[in-house]
Amino acid sequence: MIKLVYLIPLFPMLGFLINGLGRNVLPKSVVGFIGSLTVLLSFILSLTIFFELNASQTKSFIVPLFDWISAGNLTIPFSFLLDPLSSLMLLIITGIGFLIHVYSTGYMHNDAGFAKFFSYLNLFIFFMLLLVLGSNYVIMFIGWEGVGLCSYLLIGFWFTNASYASAAKKAFVMNRIGDLGFLIAVFLIFTTFGSVEFAKIFPQAANMVSGDKILILITALLFVGAIGKSAQIPLFTWLPDAMAGPTPVSALIHAATMVTAGIYMISRSNILFTLAPQTLEVVSIIGLATAILGATIAVTQTDIKKVLAYSTVSQLGYMFLGLGVGAYTGAFFHVITHAFFKALLFLGAGSVIHAMSNEQDMRHMGGLKKKLPITFLTMMIGTVAIAGLPPFAGFFSKDEILAHVYEHNKILWIIGVIGAVFTSFYMFRMLFLTFSGTFRGTHEQEHHLHESPKSMTIPLIILAVLSAIGGFIGIPEVLGGKHWLAGFLSPVFGSSSSIMGESGLDHTTEFILMGVSVAGALAALLFAYTRYVKNAHVPVGDQVKRNALAKISLNKYYVDEIYAALITRPLDALSRFFFKVVDKAGIDGIVNGLGSGANEASKGFRLLQAGNVGFYLFMMVAGIIALLVYGFYKF
Amino acid sequence: MDKIFLVVLTPLLCALIAFIKGPAVKKWALAASLLPLAFSILLLSQFNADASTQFAVDYPWIPALGIHFKLGIDGISMILLLLTNLLVPLIILSSFKQEPKNPNAFYSLIFFMQAGLLVVFTALDGFLFYIGWEAALLPIYFICALWGSGDRIRINLKFFIYTIAGSLIMLIAIIYLHLQTPGHKYDIEAFYKLNLDPHTQAWIFWAFFLAFAIKMPIFPFHTWQPDTYTESPTAGTMLLSGIMLKMGIYGVIRWLIPVAPLGFAAWGQTVLILSVIGIVYASIIAFTQKDIKRLIAYSSIAHVGLIAAGIFAWNVQGLQGAMIQMLNHGINVVGMFFIADIIIRRLGTRELSQMGGIAKTAPQFAIAFLIILLGTVALPLTNGFIGEFLLLMGVYSYGIWYAAVAGLTIIFGAVYMFRMYQKVMLGTTNEHTSLFADIDGTEKTILLIICALVIIIGVYPQTILHISEAAVSNLVEVVNGKIQGFK
Amino acid sequence: METVNQVIKGVPLNHYILLSAIIFSIGVVGVLIRRNAIVIFMSVELMLNAVNLLLTAFSVYHNDASGQVFVFFIMALAAAEVAVGLAIIVMIYRNTNSTDVNVLNKLKW
Repeated sequence: MIKLVYLIPLFPMLGFLINGLGRNVLPKSVVGFIGSLTVLLSFILSLTIFFELNASQTKSFIVPLFDWISAGNLTIPFSFLLDPLSSLMLLIITGIGFLIHVYSTGYMHNDAGFAKFFSYLNLFIFFMLLLVLGSNYVIMFIGWEGVGLCSYLLIGFWFTNASYASAAKKAFVMNRIGDLGFLIAVFLIFTTFGSVEFAKIFPQAANMVSGDKILILITALLFVGAIGKSAQIPLFTWLPDAMAGPTPVSALIHAATMVTAGIYMISRSNILFTLAPQTLEVVSIIGLATAILGATIAVTQTDIKKVLAYSTVSQLGYMFLGLGVGAYTGAFFHVITHAFFKALLFLGAGSVIHAMSNEQDMRHMGGLKKKLPITFLTMMIGTVAIAGLPPFAGFFSKDEILAHVYEHNKILWIIGVIGAVFTSFYMFRMLFLTFSGTFRGTHEQEHHLHESPKSMTIPLIILAVLSAIGGFIGIPEVLGGKHWLAGFLSPVFGSSSSIMGESGLDHTTEFILMGVSVAGALAALLFAYTRYVKNAHVPVGDQVKRNALAKISLNKYYVDEIYAALITRPLDALSRFFFKVVDKAGIDGIVNGLGSGANEASKGFRLLQAGNVGFYLFMMVAGIIALLVYGFYKF
Repeated sequence: MDKIFLVVLTPLLCALIAFIKGPAVKKWALAASLLPLAFSILLLSQFNADASTQFAVDYPWIPALGIHFKLGIDGISMILLLLTNLLVPLIILSSFKQEPKNPNAFYSLIFFMQAGLLVVFTALDGFLFYIGWEAALLPIYFICALWGSGDRIRINLKFFIYTIAGSLIMLIAIIYLHLQTPGHKYDIEAFYKLNLDPHTQAWIFWAFFLAFAIKMPIFPFHTWQPDTYTESPTAGTMLLSGIMLKMGIYGVIRWLIPVAPLGFAAWGQTVLILSVIGIVYASIIAFTQKDIKRLIAYSSIAHVGLIAAGIFAWNVQGLQGAMIQMLNHGINVVGMFFIADIIIRRLGTRELSQMGGIAKTAPQFAIAFLIILLGTVALPLTNGFIGEFLLLMGVYSYGIWYAAVAGLTIIFGAVYMFRMYQKVMLGTTNEHTSLFADIDGTEKTILLIICALVIIIGVYPQTILHISEAAVSNLVEVVNGKIQGFK
Repeated sequence: METVNQVIKGVPLNHYILLSAIIFSIGVVGVLIRRNAIVIFMSVELMLNAVNLLLTAFSVYHNDASGQVFVFFIMALAAAEVAVGLAIIVMIYRNTNSTDVNVLNKLKW
């Protein structure tokens, strides 16, 4: 079956082609069916391959297809790599992807661009699969940029809205900034190792000394790529804007899969990063800073999707924090659990928005739990999971990251826990504002309130189950588990962990750490409960004055404004300056000056042509005499 | 009859027939333009992808002056031959909707120009090269000046004088080289064998470079280009940007660097820096352009800057990237200008501010536009990526900072291209664009061909890369050998 | 023939050179200062003949006949020139009623 791995991306590609070409002829039911079926087929195949890989002795298979680019000593094969890491990513992408396709058949049912939407989604799945399957950095880069394109297309799905179109462009451009870093890293890798194939690079790298300058440069550049794709400081601002896209897109691309590509890429290159501790230090600091930044912005947002978006930014920050302290398994574990509960939360939010006739402001919601019981229950599971309360999925993964952080640096751990407390608070705030209390919207909206159709609730239920039990794939030893995930991924992270050394925390410490974070999350839950359920507090309007901290948080630290002032506007001014002054007046001025200079000179010289024969003759004779004189004196 | 004549001289014959033929010339021109394409595919099928020059012919032309009619094709020429003969039918087809006045002269000039271009790309004699070089310039001057818009006479006069000033300086260098060769030849092989001292090579380098730099154009010799592209008829702009600027690039690869390797060794870095500046400079200017054709014109300067940078980095990756990117740039820029032409023809304006929302009324057009745009911004699996990846890799091998700055094109290209796409296609419609008709017959055919090429070359570039691989590696080796030998 | 040569050689070469130079200069000055086209034309002839004289003298002193052959060429040429030149002057006179060259100043700038 492993030889058939190329079928996994091929199915969604076929779906893209069929739906894309037949978008005007195929009925919606057929479109939805094809779109979902192709992903389901990929999922089934991924599952088969996963079990085959699990049973197999060899843990890494390379499936070559054809030579893609070759020039001189550079050869880039189009080939796929199957190992525990990519097979898990396959399952997440196709599995959650399938659920979201099914959900979309309900959510997008009344949209005119139904077929277009499904073809884009399929295309996204195709590129995402290329990203994780590629056996070298360049194939990975195809997927890397391809998902950026799909993200562009889907954020700007309702392109007639100018601000949505701008958000799409912003996402693409910010991703491209990272992509340049990635690309230069690829060049550097090629010149250093003579290949871009993972299988050739990593064994060579493992023999290099830790802290090698080239490795630091490579990893730093790769990390720039990850910053763009996974929305870290300073390139995070596109992700909240990306919520302009339809909600299933936010769930699939901007929560579960694409934005975790950066974590996947670093996990894939873990050996390079392990040997570049300086880069890892930067990764952990940026990750933590992003985690805190996202969390502090999320606490004041009133748009339900914006809360989730900043929550995603924050959670991605935790994953990078985990990577930064060398907890590759923990970070990847969090990718998996986060995919479950954040997809769930977004889809739940989508269900709410669907019910509320496209209202996204939580100030107009409230009391929805009676009208939307399934959505409420599933979202509550998701909230508990992200808040890190045991035994739900988020608890295990977040705890594993925090334990490693504690081991690495106690101060980072304290900040991390504070961030986790914030997470718990803003998530329960969202849950309570939306579902408890009384309804605050219009009568029109209240009249239309309804639970979503089965095509939407079933994916919610499945994801809720996964969010509840997903953490059991990585129960740590301290809780009597075996940590199946760590064992499964050990072929990928093996050489890194042997360099880093084993976890040195004793069980008591681990219990205390868990206790602290759970207690913090519970305290935040209680606080949110008193504030939003007991006191029925509702966030005030945007125009109302509030204290400075809240204002900064509400306005997202004014980062967009700062970027506009520091980068966008100066560049535009520079552009106009270059065009009008340097190009038109300067360079072209010189060119035209040469022309008009010749013109002016001729205006002067032509006066010599006076038409007087005597003068001509005189000049002729004078010229001859001058030549004679010159001849005499020269020789 | 030699096969190479079939390719090179058929357009000349077509030019004559087109001129004297009756009024129903446009369909005939299209059919006729397919002939050179068919012949070049025939040549390609018999072509061995090694470093040798094939299908060579060598007739004494003006024996008293040592001028030969010497043509031949190697991998590098082959790609440009394909490019020219592929684009000319597309360009002719694209002019169908415009109904140019006096079509006989129009199509005749296009064919005449094609003949000149093909001579340039296959000539192995310095004098013949120069003849072709100027023969390609004359028709395009008339095409742009007679069928153009706006202030076309002044703009084209500037273009003409600017380019011809460059070529005259090149002519001086060619004649100088001719006088240095034993037996006074113009043969390129004789030029290659000359072992001139570095000082002489340096000025020969600059003499050739000026001609090529103006033609491409490389910053700061580019100022004729935006005006000319903007005011020319679309067919003229396509010929200029799609094919003609490749003459300059080809000249650098075939004549400049191998003839004056020591001059290149001394001044190559300067040119590389100019190219890299040009990339950033033109991209930044493109940010705030308000005229759609001018925006594409500036983007073309940026893209050509990258090609030049890849060549002057002088390694196999960079050169192979330049080869395939010449083809890609030709395809993409013709596509882009055709897109612009469709919009301008429908709306009667070039101003971006008067556009918007076209994607809603013309979805097929939107898809075609997007695919070509993606090729231009070098998204993987489109043709542009292959070229830019190899070019940037080539530049990277020269120096990481050059690559970092040149790589800004990846970001900036996305900025100005997507900005243009947004202004033209997205947002709400206005009174002009709400009636925008979707593409039809010939437009669909052209865009379909271009989009197909964009994707096919992007997915499987090996066929193209393979054609020039051996010739390029050989060239790089020879020149590097000469430079090493001098040191 | 010998006697002619003897006669010519009876005068020192310097005298010929001086005489030619003087005649030539008269011609030049005539061309420069006179405005009548016919006089200018005659001055040109004067210059030609100064050269002829010199050529003959050199030819004799060098014992080389080709100098004298050249003189005949020049004379033939001068005849042709006179034919064409006078025709032009006649045309000018018909058109302008004058042979003053300064009237003909239309061809300028």
